[in-house]
Amino acid sequence: MDGEQVGQQALRLHIPDTERGPGAEPPEVRFISAAGEMRRPELDEPVERIALMRKQMVRVLDDDGAATGPWDPQLTADQLRTGLRDMMLVRAFDARLLQAHRQGKISFYMQCLGEEAIACAHKRALHPADMHFPTYRQQGLLIAGGYPIVQMMNQVLSNEADPLKGRQLPIMYSSKEYGFFTISGNLATQYVQGVGWAMASALSGDTRIASAWIGEGATAESDFHAALLFASTYRAPVILNIVNNQWAISTPEDFARGASATFADRGFGYSIPALRVDGNDYLAVYAATRWAAARARGNLGPTLVEWVTLRRGAHSTSDDPSVYRPAGEASHFPLGDPIANLQRHLVTLGQWDDDRHAALSNELDAEVAAAFAEADAHGSVKSGHTADPRTMFDDVYAELPRHLREQRDQVGR
Amino acid sequence: MTMIEAIRDAHAVAMERDERVVVFGEDVGYFGGVFRCTQGLQQRFGSHRCFDSPISEAGIVGTAIGMAAYGLRPCVEIQFADYVYPAYDQIVSEAARLRHRSAGDFTAPLTIRMPTGGGIFGGQTHSQSPEALFTHVAGLKTVVVSNPYDAKGLLLAAIEDDDPVIFLEPKRVYNGPFDGHHDRPIVPWSKHPLSEVPEGHYTIPLGEARIHRPGGDLTVLAYGTLVHVAQTAAEETGIDAEIIDLRTLLPLDVDTIVESVVKTGRCLVVHEATLTSGFGAELSATVQERAFHHLEAPIVRVCGWDTPYPHAHEWSYFPGPARVGQAMLEVMGR
Ligand SMILES: Cc1ncc(C[n+]2csc(CCOP(=O)(O)OP(=O)(O)O)c2C)c(N)n1
Repeated sequence: MDGEQVGQQALRLHIPDTERGPGAEPPEVRFISAAGEMRRPELDEPVERIALMRKQMVRVLDDDGAATGPWDPQLTADQLRTGLRDMMLVRAFDARLLQAHRQGKISFYMQCLGEEAIACAHKRALHPADMHFPTYRQQGLLIAGGYPIVQMMNQVLSNEADPLKGRQLPIMYSSKEYGFFTISGNLATQYVQGVGWAMASALSGDTRIASAWIGEGATAESDFHAALLFASTYRAPVILNIVNNQWAISTPEDFARGASATFADRGFGYSIPALRVDGNDYLAVYAATRWAAARARGNLGPTLVEWVTLRRGAHSTSDDPSVYRPAGEASHFPLGDPIANLQRHLVTLGQWDDDRHAALSNELDAEVAAAFAEADAHGSVKSGHTADPRTMFDDVYAELPRHLREQRDQVGR
Repeated sequence: MTMIEAIRDAHAVAMERDERVVVFGEDVGYFGGVFRCTQGLQQRFGSHRCFDSPISEAGIVGTAIGMAAYGLRPCVEIQFADYVYPAYDQIVSEAARLRHRSAGDFTAPLTIRMPTGGGIFGGQTHSQSPEALFTHVAGLKTVVVSNPYDAKGLLLAAIEDDDPVIFLEPKRVYNGPFDGHHDRPIVPWSKHPLSEVPEGHYTIPLGEARIHRPGGDLTVLAYGTLVHVAQTAAEETGIDAEIIDLRTLLPLDVDTIVESVVKTGRCLVVHEATLTSGFGAELSATVQERAFHHLEAPIVRVCGWDTPYPHAHEWSYFPGPARVGQAMLEVMGR
């Protein structure tokens, strides 16, 4: 055929037209493997061969709650119960702080309902000294890492005991000691910084690796692509996590994915081995993290992981998802709920039952209530019990320059 | 009408009159924007005129520049001004200079809207006022709106303008004329004369200031939220301040400013953005250059402190009526 002539056919722009709103069908989740189906590649397997598995998914727990296949991390019953406890604590913590928002005690909150397994299992599968570069939906990293939840609550309340002195929006935690990089409100910036931290660790002959986090929506930012290129070029010891919870505020995942099949596909363009993993399967998360970490620790370079999950709640307390979300999306979601999935597994093993579950649930509610009472006793931004306003001039620079000293003297004058 | 409704209305009028106008940004299409400034546009004009974008500010502005160069009139939203920085290179190196570097061969008639300012407990990443980062760039026009009537007329003028316009919307005045007293009940726009917004098309020329409150004692140069705060301060101090709402920072309405300062002999400059190298420095220099011999007192600036915008200490940071009023007294020598 001859070359097309200009003007023969009118061009048309494709705008993704995913159905939205309460009347829409819940979107399909594509390319779900059965538990145990996907092969576990060698750590140094050529990226081209791993790419052949790009439409598969790492899953360990089957519908009956049994663990199966080459990815089973063989955790002990105690480790499984710890995982369940971590996730339930995150959920109870979120529930209490959402309530605090409704009570008018805090200005803002973001929960991770339905996504608890990802941060909790990932944190437990890495070394406590490894450094995470999180987004605002990885409170599980702190909680599974044993960070005091009272401190998290003090931050969220912006009260006089807030370790960040009221400077940051609630949930924008920071703790170097617990391997948790200070959260930025600006999406994607941390991703490339995580790669840089990993490069530094390798440059210094250190043994610690980095784990960088991003939501699927934010992979559209240029920083994401810069991160992949640098990680690939310098074979940085970093795990590049994409949490695909299907939604970026009101925007479905296909706007960020473009025409590619999956988010894991992004890795292959940069020659980075990439896995798709059931993010609601604690065992799959644990196993995939261990695989990626072993690659990083063995100087085999970065791994990209797409964790497939569902944001069950609103984006934040400022959001009204009823406008854009299909009704019944959570019940339609094929990967279930991470807590229920692990609970079923423990019951199947004969290591758990309903009574123990209820008792644990009560115990965690009490733990959270006690922590909240302690934090609440330090006041909140709403009650005016905050750090001294003059502390806002601290830490702008290492030393207070003259102009800030003068401005500080004017505060409250 | 609220300012949100006025902005929505301006979009609709522009899209109705000119099919080259396209509107896009993060959550802008189906949802109508997180502040709902584009609500209803996709339903009314179709998803080829108003659509969602991936979360890439560089992509939003970069494609908008390409569309504008093609001959469309894109009006894009950055979800918060605090998130414009990934697009900064496209704005500064590209949109601003396309016309100049191609000797007029290519142009970028686009409007980039974004919510600015604090007062909603947004912390350091939902509170910034980056106007000076744009006024410093040759080739950009910069608008800051303070009320529904102006917002509609200025947005229509911005969309129709042949050069790139940065359109800043202080979010604290989206729903009411905030007087600076955060502890008092919110006053809605409905009680304010500037909430009366005519139907249909009208424009307010870029580069014309508005005298918000005439007065004889001193001139206050303000824009955005601080226009209303200055008015409160004038009422509370009893000083007969002439408050000028600059509306467009670039091009600046120098004549209105100078005329007022010549009349009052005193000048106070206020803005929410950080003090140092802020737009207030440009304003003080302009007044000093053009009205020095009429000044009876030094020009004073009241601005945000030179720190990141704090969450818990928002109201210690915000230049509220107390600080503005005190500065008025200082300029008056009282
Ligand atoms: C640079 C930048 N642009 C826009 C925003 C506003 N914003 C905050 S969260 C969000 C959606 C992010 O979605 P996703 O990455 O999928 O993560 P999720 O919230 O689903 O966990 C947007 C657009 C921002 N914080 N930073």
